[in-house]
Amino acid sequence: MSHLLDIQDLHLAFKGLKGVTEVLHGVDLNIAAGERVALVGESGSGKSVTARIVLGLLQETRNARVSGRVAFDGVDITAMPLRDRARLRGTEMSMIFQDPTSSLNPTFTIGNQFAEVMRRRDPGLDQTACNVRAIEMLAEVSIPEPARVLANYPFQLSGGMNQRVMIAMALVNNPKLLLADEPGTALDVSVQAQTLRLMHDLVEKHHTAVLFISHNLGVVREFADRVYVIYRGRIVETGPTDAIFHNPGHAYTRALMDAVPRITGAGLPEVPEVSDDFLAPMVRHEGGAS
Amino acid sequence: MTLLTVENLTKTFHTTNGPVHAVRDVSFEVERGECLAVVGESGSGKTTLANMILGILGSTSGEIRFDGAALPAKRTATHRRAIQFVQQNPLSSLNPKRSIGASVRLGLDTYGIGIRADRWRKVEDALEEVGLSRDMRHRAPSALSGGQRQRVGIARALACEPELVVLDEPTSALDVLVQARVLRLLNDLRARKQLTYVFITHDLAVVRNVADRVAVFKSGQLIELGRTEQIFSAPEHPYTRNLIGAVPVVDYAELQLRNKLAEET
Amino acid sequence: MTHALRIIAANPLSLTGLILVLAIVLAAILAPWIAPFPTHNTAVVDFIYANSAPNGRNWMGTDLVGRDIFSRILYAYRISLGLGIVVLIIAAPIGTIVGLLAGYLGGWTESMLMRLVDVFLSIPPLVLAIAVLGVLEPTLTNAMIAVTVMWWPWYARLVYSIARSEREEGYVLAAEVIGAGTPHIAFREILPNCLPAIITKMTLDMGFVIIIASSLSFLGLGVQPPTPDLGSMVAEGARYLPDSWWMTVFPGLAILFAVFGFNLLGDGLRDVLGADE
Repeated sequence: MSHLLDIQDLHLAFKGLKGVTEVLHGVDLNIAAGERVALVGESGSGKSVTARIVLGLLQETRNARVSGRVAFDGVDITAMPLRDRARLRGTEMSMIFQDPTSSLNPTFTIGNQFAEVMRRRDPGLDQTACNVRAIEMLAEVSIPEPARVLANYPFQLSGGMNQRVMIAMALVNNPKLLLADEPGTALDVSVQAQTLRLMHDLVEKHHTAVLFISHNLGVVREFADRVYVIYRGRIVETGPTDAIFHNPGHAYTRALMDAVPRITGAGLPEVPEVSDDFLAPMVRHEGGAS
Repeated sequence: MTLLTVENLTKTFHTTNGPVHAVRDVSFEVERGECLAVVGESGSGKTTLANMILGILGSTSGEIRFDGAALPAKRTATHRRAIQFVQQNPLSSLNPKRSIGASVRLGLDTYGIGIRADRWRKVEDALEEVGLSRDMRHRAPSALSGGQRQRVGIARALACEPELVVLDEPTSALDVLVQARVLRLLNDLRARKQLTYVFITHDLAVVRNVADRVAVFKSGQLIELGRTEQIFSAPEHPYTRNLIGAVPVVDYAELQLRNKLAEET
Repeated sequence: MTHALRIIAANPLSLTGLILVLAIVLAAILAPWIAPFPTHNTAVVDFIYANSAPNGRNWMGTDLVGRDIFSRILYAYRISLGLGIVVLIIAAPIGTIVGLLAGYLGGWTESMLMRLVDVFLSIPPLVLAIAVLGVLEPTLTNAMIAVTVMWWPWYARLVYSIARSEREEGYVLAAEVIGAGTPHIAFREILPNCLPAIITKMTLDMGFVIIIASSLSFLGLGVQPPTPDLGSMVAEGARYLPDSWWMTVFPGLAILFAVFGFNLLGDGLRDVLGADE
């Protein structure tokens, strides 16, 4: 079964004044077309840099040493020249980020930023054609008065609105893969719930695959088909969402599950912050595409 | 026994876009030894309320009483010592150019607690109480993890032996495992040192497990106040119900609770 | 300290700066001992050797009255560095205090202090210095006063911008809630966060102060003869270009290396201290 995204044995190290720091130690991850996959971990686990490597952003950093294979739609993109790699961004694969207001350029209108994204796929597009398509997308993300919003600047819109604008811009070119780095974390809980529901419906409608990066287990449970749990640069558990949540096998996953407070009031259990058990080998659950 | 009374508290800001009613006629009491959660989304007024309790902001009208006596806008050292503050952002709340010991010691020096020669020992005691080692007092904040820095913030508040601690999203910026441990620490400290907490947060799951009572705020108004179990099993106000319903849940029992609340709408 | 040196050494440019600065400082300190003709920094004449091109006896040639240019440059470095240090030691603290108070206290204090700073900054620096020296006699001391007067506002502005952004930080809020007084917050909490930028600026400024002082003496307003000064040496020698080129070129190069060295070192310090953060 061929995957849309296939990461094999990904290693990442940073060279600094004091020597080399290893961040990723052989990560394997794959996503099928239209599948929603979550990468769950705490800060420093390597989840964000993995996404950046898929996009090809990290390779341009001077001190980063990347090795391993990343295949997208059957093609080995690690072997691709940087220029072709860059062409994939915004068109075949796109990304949305944690803080919507600061991820949008404050000095350009929403309409201008949409046009910039659309011209990546079709450089000849004029502003009017861009606006028409942008209004369509903004309506899809349930933004009221889309024509007026196009003329606005990001600071004039709320966080929730900006997040939807970012989702709309990410999906306007119909990418095959959407990477989402902690989306909605900066939003209120009710707005976050709305936004995630919206994302869910949209990616289902457009058959977009999603790599969803998060530390929030509740959100992952509601959104993802399959889950990879990452700890200190290693995948420690993977499998379908239900399997992992019902039956977490790895000590780290179990610790994460125990640590999340429940609205049923189960109390605050004693959870280790660090443990040698967290370095145990990977647990894999069968089932689901993988 | 009531420690803090907020009575008809109002705060209006006058901006270029017109008046902003950040807090509107809010009244409630905080009992000694309890943890009262103040819950709301952005714009609910919870931060403004906290700032008024701490004396950072003056009120437009209304009164705050502490231990029976009205709190003036200009606080005395006794008041300041009795009401301490734990901030959300562990990175920004410690001076990067000072050792963490110096940051913890500030309160002791300002209030003249103990004799000067004794204060470093008190600092080390405070660090030990929050689970850090005594020699960490020499370290710079940049050498600590987020969880450790937040513990330093707690140590700083507790070193002055306060009666009331206002905590503004104390664990929101922390990782899952770290948050769990810090929440347990906060619970332990409250019991051991007989403290009273005003715990501000947007995270309802945390509230359910740390608070005795919950005050729900929306647009500057207190819309519901009650015991935690009551609020979560039978919320009265639809806003509260929606808020609980929006929390992403992890296990089956939570899912059932959420569905049950949704059915009762 | 070793960490700092390692960072500076890692960058060839800042290493060059460090070496140049150390060389110049040593030359200035050791001038009386390493100068071939230590007496030539005063009113001495030696007409036999007057106006000679660089040779074995006078490595950089001699001036019109026979004084060794190399020796005079070494002594001139003493004057320039000394002037730079005095100016900065006075201008930096004054500017820092003004900027700190304006940045932290805000309100009326901020408006009034920064408007005062604006007044000083709106006058072209050299014009200001000339005006001051027009009122006072042109001497070395008065030149120092003039340069100090025009220099402190830049420190005020630098520290003001840092203090203004630092006052929004959590640690300032924590200190305010605790009830620490304004002197503590301004000088013991905020000031340490301004120091990297101040130190970097002082290093970079050494070069500029040297140029300004040289410009003033070039115009005849600063140090008076026979005291050697790089600017006046350039001025005197300029009349005899291109024949007696050494009289202008060597002092000019001396200025160049000093400014260049301090600039490179300042950039290196910026990396070490993280002054841009």
